[in-house]
Amino acid sequence: MSETTGARTTAQDSSATPRTLAEKVWTDHLVRQGENGQPDLIYIDLHLVHEVTSPQAFEGLRLAGRGLRRPDLTIATEDHNTPTEDIFSTIKDETSRKQIDTLRANCEEFGVRLHSLGDAEQGIVHVVGPQLGLTQPGMTVVCGDSHTSTHGAFGALAFGIGTSEVEHVMATQTLSLAPFKTMAITVEGTLKPGVTSKDIILAVIAKIGTGGGQGYVLEFRGSAIRSLSMEARMTICNMSIEAGARAGMIAPDQTTFDYVQGRPHAPQGEDWDAAVEYWKTLHTDEGAEFDNEVFIDADELEPFVTWGTNPGQGVPLSEPVPNPEDAGDDNAKDAARRALEYMGLEAGTPMKEIPVDTVFLGSCTNSRIEDLRIAADIVKGRTKAENVRMMVVPGSAKVRLQAEAEGLDQVFRDFGADWRFAGCSMCLGMNPDQLAPGERCASTSNRNFEGRQGKGGRTHLVSPVVAAATAVRGTLSAPSDLESVPAV
Amino acid sequence: MEKFITHRGTGVPLKQSNVDTDQIIPAVYLKRITKTGFDDALFAGWRKNPDFVLSQDVYKDGSVLVAGSDFGTGSSREHAVWALRDYGFNVVISSRFADIFRGNSGKQGLLAAQVDQSDVELLWKLMDEQPGIEIEVDLESKTITCDTVTVPFQIDDYTRWRLMEGLDDIGLTLQHDEDVKAYEDGRPAFKPVTLPAKS
Ligand code: SF4
Repeated sequence: MSETTGARTTAQDSSATPRTLAEKVWTDHLVRQGENGQPDLIYIDLHLVHEVTSPQAFEGLRLAGRGLRRPDLTIATEDHNTPTEDIFSTIKDETSRKQIDTLRANCEEFGVRLHSLGDAEQGIVHVVGPQLGLTQPGMTVVCGDSHTSTHGAFGALAFGIGTSEVEHVMATQTLSLAPFKTMAITVEGTLKPGVTSKDIILAVIAKIGTGGGQGYVLEFRGSAIRSLSMEARMTICNMSIEAGARAGMIAPDQTTFDYVQGRPHAPQGEDWDAAVEYWKTLHTDEGAEFDNEVFIDADELEPFVTWGTNPGQGVPLSEPVPNPEDAGDDNAKDAARRALEYMGLEAGTPMKEIPVDTVFLGSCTNSRIEDLRIAADIVKGRTKAENVRMMVVPGSAKVRLQAEAEGLDQVFRDFGADWRFAGCSMCLGMNPDQLAPGERCASTSNRNFEGRQGKGGRTHLVSPVVAAATAVRGTLSAPSDLESVPAV
Repeated sequence: MEKFITHRGTGVPLKQSNVDTDQIIPAVYLKRITKTGFDDALFAGWRKNPDFVLSQDVYKDGSVLVAGSDFGTGSSREHAVWALRDYGFNVVISSRFADIFRGNSGKQGLLAAQVDQSDVELLWKLMDEQPGIEIEVDLESKTITCDTVTVPFQIDDYTRWRLMEGLDDIGLTLQHDEDVKAYEDGRPAFKPVTLPAKS
């Protein structure tokens, strides 16, 4: 794309040259075009804040005597450090408590809307934004958290930023950004039953590698993507970052509009009509060029599961643990060997014969109401494998309440699962929900790094349906492996 | 950020290459919630050793670190720069810096001055001969003077300009406040706001 690489499409050529979705959103937020190779200045529509990456940014403002420019484009929630049971007693871990207390004091001081533990709108930051209708098509959304890419499911340009950038957005509501490249990931066809959007993204990462998306904004397109619900689209965009991408995006369509409409902060009346009219222009133009393209055949996909210690180390569930000697170059072989050792696995073992200790259904990847519904559907009327503990952690207090209204909590409880309060929970070892050394977990979260879920813990990334089936059988399993539920 | 034109202070020889950010500030200190007060965290592992350069009285008030090549490699933590700055360092001299560290330094007002390895060694020699000797760093002329010796250093023009103007990233953007206001005036009415809260 030479001069128009990525977002660096100039305003002048914008009407003439076909553009990608990402370029359109970028251009529409251009405050100032960078000169002589300097970065562009981009306006930020929504800044999401949580307790871990904000304290130093708030302090930076104070030290410099600066204010928060747009409290009305900022919203905070507590999620990473919060416990998921006993939420009304004092947080025991001192560091965690301090981060939460600091967030509360900072939000008070700078006038930021905060949803605290115990509040009906509290939850994982990436569940809360869409749920409130604050995440909308064509916006720029940032947060000091890499999984901000989740919001790209709405056709927003959404990405994680570092603490200095958090401070920059707080002070100026803008970011200085260098251009990015664009990659189209086209997924055509129909998913087989039991195959979900989690399997699409795990397959994409296994295909392009954990560094394959570096420097790119990925646009997911094709018939398989268009047929997905918003929840399923969020799962895909959420994990774009695990392919190293800057962001993931999906063009908004009727599914998107229907999801947004009627939410607390969705536009209303004339504003709604104006918004939809604009949103309908947010798609990649015919003839627009991407810097790179990848094709995936949805018909071929199977439930996917990781065997190693990065999200790219995955295989279809029906396959065995791969042999490190078959991995590409020496580096990859070495990495595979080390991963198997950490995971306590032998090459050649069928994935389906691997017993797990814990099943974690939660995280900003898969903790929305739809995820809970499809998992509940599978465990309903079945018995949990004795060797397994299952934790179900809704992504937000709202999701929890809705699930309870639908009776899903009872389904999980009857099955023998632990029904928890909302938060990041076992997605990362920062709060009390952690794996013990050597403990093996089938997890619907997004990172299987060494120690991510607790020191020495072993993580297999799976979809919610695989998580549920695994909790029934006790070994990594797909729903098709289950015997049918006896009629009552 | 204060303007940086010249600085004069005690030189500290750190005769080691590949000093990574984990050494500059170990991970345990990243849990803090402040942006200042990291002086005790700087080289925390090494400072327990009485032979380490900063453990010696003569270097305690050092403000110009003269380090081996490939300084600041490893994790991108901005805390590494905060720790150096909080301890009292204004300048780090090395023959090669890790990119991210160099970028982070410029943003926080810490001058990363790149010189030839032979000049690093020359400075080390002078400091060995006269422990506690002061080094003067002039950003205007891009030179480092110690005793009777003056050597040039390199820094990119943009960072040099920012340091001399005392502009951090935010300060720079605030210079374009008119543009930001103009943009805000043109934002569509349907864009959501978080306040007042609706649920
Ligand atoms: S659920 Fe996990 S990935 Fe998502 S924001 Fe929380 S810690 Fe990060």
